[in-house]
Amino acid sequence: MAGITRGFVGRRRERDSRLPPGQYDARDEWPVLHAEATPNITTDRWTFTIEGLVENTVTWDWDEIHALPRSRYEGDIHCVTTWSKLGMTFDGVSVDTLLAAAKPQPSATHVMAVSHTGYTTNLPLDDITGGKAWVVWDADGEPLSTIHGGPARLLVPHLYFWKSAKWVSGLRLMDHDEQGFWERNGYHDRGDPWTEQRYQGD
Amino acid sequence: MTLTPGGTAHRRTLRWQTARVLAVRDETPRARTFRLALPEPRPHLPGQYYVVRLTAPDGYTASRDYSVASPPDDTGEIELTVERLDDGEVSEFLHDVVVPGDELEVRGPIGYFGWDASSPALLVGGGSGVVPLMAMLRHARRIGRPDLVRLVVSARSPEDLYYADELPGPETTVIYTRHAPPDAGRAVGRLAIADVAPLVRGGETAYVCGSSGFADAATHVLIEAGVQVQDIRVERFGPSG
Ligand SMILES: Cc1cc2nc3c(=O)[nH]c(=O)nc-3n(C[C@H](O)[C@H](O)[C@H](O)COP(=O)(O)OP(=O)(O)OC[C@H]3O[C@@H](n4cnc5c(N)ncnc54)[C@H](O)[C@@H]3O)c2cc1C
Repeated sequence: MAGITRGFVGRRRERDSRLPPGQYDARDEWPVLHAEATPNITTDRWTFTIEGLVENTVTWDWDEIHALPRSRYEGDIHCVTTWSKLGMTFDGVSVDTLLAAAKPQPSATHVMAVSHTGYTTNLPLDDITGGKAWVVWDADGEPLSTIHGGPARLLVPHLYFWKSAKWVSGLRLMDHDEQGFWERNGYHDRGDPWTEQRYQGD
Repeated sequence: MTLTPGGTAHRRTLRWQTARVLAVRDETPRARTFRLALPEPRPHLPGQYYVVRLTAPDGYTASRDYSVASPPDDTGEIELTVERLDDGEVSEFLHDVVVPGDELEVRGPIGYFGWDASSPALLVGGGSGVVPLMAMLRHARRIGRPDLVRLVVSARSPEDLYYADELPGPETTVIYTRHAPPDAGRAVGRLAIADVAPLVRGGETAYVCGSSGFADAATHVLIEAGVQVQDIRVERFGPSG
């Protein structure tokens, strides 16, 4: 348990119950945070591949992924740097739809999400199946801008947003966990905002 | 994208530790530096930050991020410089309550915004955004490579300039946005291409730090001055309330 800080009582401003601990409401702002420079990936060059421990390695191009059944997420997003955005809408395709085509092997337990920039982030398979993850290209009804990961990013809204890889290029299914970019740099392997899994050791 | 430079690749656990406040001193009327002794010192890259966590008797906590202002050294101590924000939960507490001898829970160092002193760096900071850049400048001077660094600081007025005693030098440029001293040699005004262009040598990495608005403006200026977008790293100090 944390040691008590002499003299500290705290402000306890009234908080929206949709905000996980330690988060603030960014309201109209959508902060941009990524360690790499913003790439320019045009839709004619964008592809998305599921590989690794799957029965079929499948690659979709921009038109092919748009031909799949659409799926929408309406809800909140939370960044480890403490901002949250409430009541967002994202449109794209459910990761369940994509995995159904690739058919994960029974031994697959984790995935590495990979980006066109080389960015990586790891996730348990359970965290991206069952209606919990999407590949999205529209945010609040507009095409996802490049700085927010356009033309398409992964969306795993129940985890901190560094898991929602921008400029996503695919998923690699694995039978073990392996750290991605921020996880190697000290961030948590899972990243649940509600239990404040921010850094390794939380 | 280069994934390695500047990051501390580590798998170790970033545990909370209880730091002792050794000294507190004013940088400006609104900014104060806290010198902390760490029971478990860990080397930081200039530019990285620590999380400070405050805990109330009933378990309520508030955590905020603060960049390390001091260079890496073997003292087992770090310095954080905190700007007082009106009605800011943590910054007001640190300013109004914390005195030498107090204990603060901290965890770090964290962050990808770090300079390893292996190549030239162009540093551009506004307001408290100068803090991590000062760690870089101090490090460069300490290892005898100030030539690697060019630092541009934007401050409202001379009273708002952090580290005023230490800043002057061939590596540094101070620009004032509201009030300038008579000998400033530049009219007051926001950071412009003319401030940065003469400092661009080619091959450097630019480190930009400040509020989100300052960071965006500075990034534009750097790009117009010829810095490649992939060579720019940005740290934004958003308030978290
Ligand atoms: C990587 C990183 C490094 C940083 N390094 C530094 C550093 O070196 N030095 C530094 O000074 N800062 C730094 N910061 C910023 C710092 O983390 C804090 O955001 C800052 O100190 C403000 O925290 P606070 O608790 O004082 O203010 P908060 O309580 O978070 O409030 C911020 C502001 O919002 C207003 N506010 C908040 N809640 C409300 C409300 N309900 N109604 C009205 N107004 C409200 C307050 O008036 C205040 O001005 C850094 C941030 C990051 C992300």
